[in-house]
Amino acid sequence: MTDYNGYIATETIEGADDGPLAGRTVAVKDNISTEGVQTTCGSAMLDGYVPPYDATVVARLKEAGATIPGKTNMDEFGMGTTTETSAYGPVENPVAEGRVPGGSSGGSAAVVAAGDADMALGSDTGGSIRCPAAFCGVVGIKPTYGLVSRYGLVAYANSLEQIGPIAPSVSEAAELLEVIAGPDERDGTTRDASEAVEGYDFADAADGDVDGLSIGVPTELLDGADEQVVETFWTALDDLEAQGATYHEVDLPSVEHAVEAYYVIAMSEASSNLARFDGVRYGQSGGYEGNWNESFANSREEGFGEEVKRRVLLGTYALSAGYHDKYYKKAQDARAWVKQDFDEALSEADVLASPTMPVPPMKRGESLDDPLTMYLADANTTPVNLANLPAISVPAGETDEGLPVGLQLVGPAFGERTIIRAGSALA
Amino acid sequence: MSDNAVDPSEVRHIADLARIDLDDDEVERFTEQFGEILAAFEALDEVPETEREADLANVMRPDEVREGLRQEEALQNAPETEAGQFKGPKVS
Repeated sequence: MTDYNGYIATETIEGADDGPLAGRTVAVKDNISTEGVQTTCGSAMLDGYVPPYDATVVARLKEAGATIPGKTNMDEFGMGTTTETSAYGPVENPVAEGRVPGGSSGGSAAVVAAGDADMALGSDTGGSIRCPAAFCGVVGIKPTYGLVSRYGLVAYANSLEQIGPIAPSVSEAAELLEVIAGPDERDGTTRDASEAVEGYDFADAADGDVDGLSIGVPTELLDGADEQVVETFWTALDDLEAQGATYHEVDLPSVEHAVEAYYVIAMSEASSNLARFDGVRYGQSGGYEGNWNESFANSREEGFGEEVKRRVLLGTYALSAGYHDKYYKKAQDARAWVKQDFDEALSEADVLASPTMPVPPMKRGESLDDPLTMYLADANTTPVNLANLPAISVPAGETDEGLPVGLQLVGPAFGERTIIRAGSALA
Repeated sequence: MSDNAVDPSEVRHIADLARIDLDDDEVERFTEQFGEILAAFEALDEVPETEREADLANVMRPDEVREGLRQEEALQNAPETEAGQFKGPKVS
């Protein structure tokens, strides 16, 4: 175990004797199913739950020869930006004392930043790979929707989420992405993208060549960001410019509404997805007194933490009679608008750049009582999930206090090679 | 603000729909927080109606029998089972 609480469990899973990841450790977020090894999603609901099968990405890790050193701590069911909502206790930021590691894949980023695992898998529904990568000073990739199989990923908001790599460098993250990417007949939302991504070769794209690269900077994603974050961001862009890239400002008016749209959609999907936790087939039993509904309601009161209850209830509200058109339908309009905006901006730029997070890592404990403020911190990451696009977070530098700042690069659909190439010029 | 106000009985009604029991403290906190969060969601009113590209196709596979979970695997995580089945409360 670690002194910053990065793992929920450290049972080792051995992979094949050889393969591209032989001799390397890849920690796995605890919402990704591992056959015979407890998978809790950071929830008391699934304490002791042991999946009878492997997620597709886990099967691919094993085939590639990776050793899985443990299951990483996370915000309960992926719901959080700080990895403080886990039923197994919060994760501390191993590179910034007293600060949160970001979330929800905080354990995955922390074990990589601390050197306790060579690489890790996270999942990203609205920034859950990129945020902790930025806050812990490592690299994280959120793949294009449909590039990586979600079979065996415990669903939170399935139209938004993707599994992706976290690693110390862009080239290592690309190596790990190469192993997990590709169509899967068990996930009908995966696509055969072999043409678009050049046969799923990603590692060789990390050549640092940004000569002639055109970068769009959405001004909306800088407005309201912390001053030192913005300063660090421009220094990193100057660095890319010095290596031959050019940048211009672009307008993405729709992103002003992205974070609200994201939360309405994610909470609505969560209210449906988490209906499966009834304490009968798995999970904490709600007892055998009373009727079925009473038993379910009891199980869910005991098993779910406060943030999960909050989101399931708000999602239920948004989908309930009389409110569906006001919230859910408008959020879907916003999602389509965000997609259009990104497509337009990416028709005149190879990648779009912004700070990954508008703020440096928060102090521990300060976000829990103010859910709305925590939601708004996801302003720069959530639009990318709404648009189904790939994005990478790379370390951009540090604030005066030594807090890590991440730079986010967004590419066109299945433009993973482009964002990997651009990111590798910095890390 | 007043049209965003959520009262405790509404929170209890939603919790009932979602099959989650809440204690009184939770109802009190959620009542306050939901008012604030739903007020922020109001900003979606400004979003123009946008055409959604129908970039979707059904993915089908032949309807053939494939290996699935064995009964004992399907039951292994149940809090309680009886005669090879999941156990729940009595249906009156």
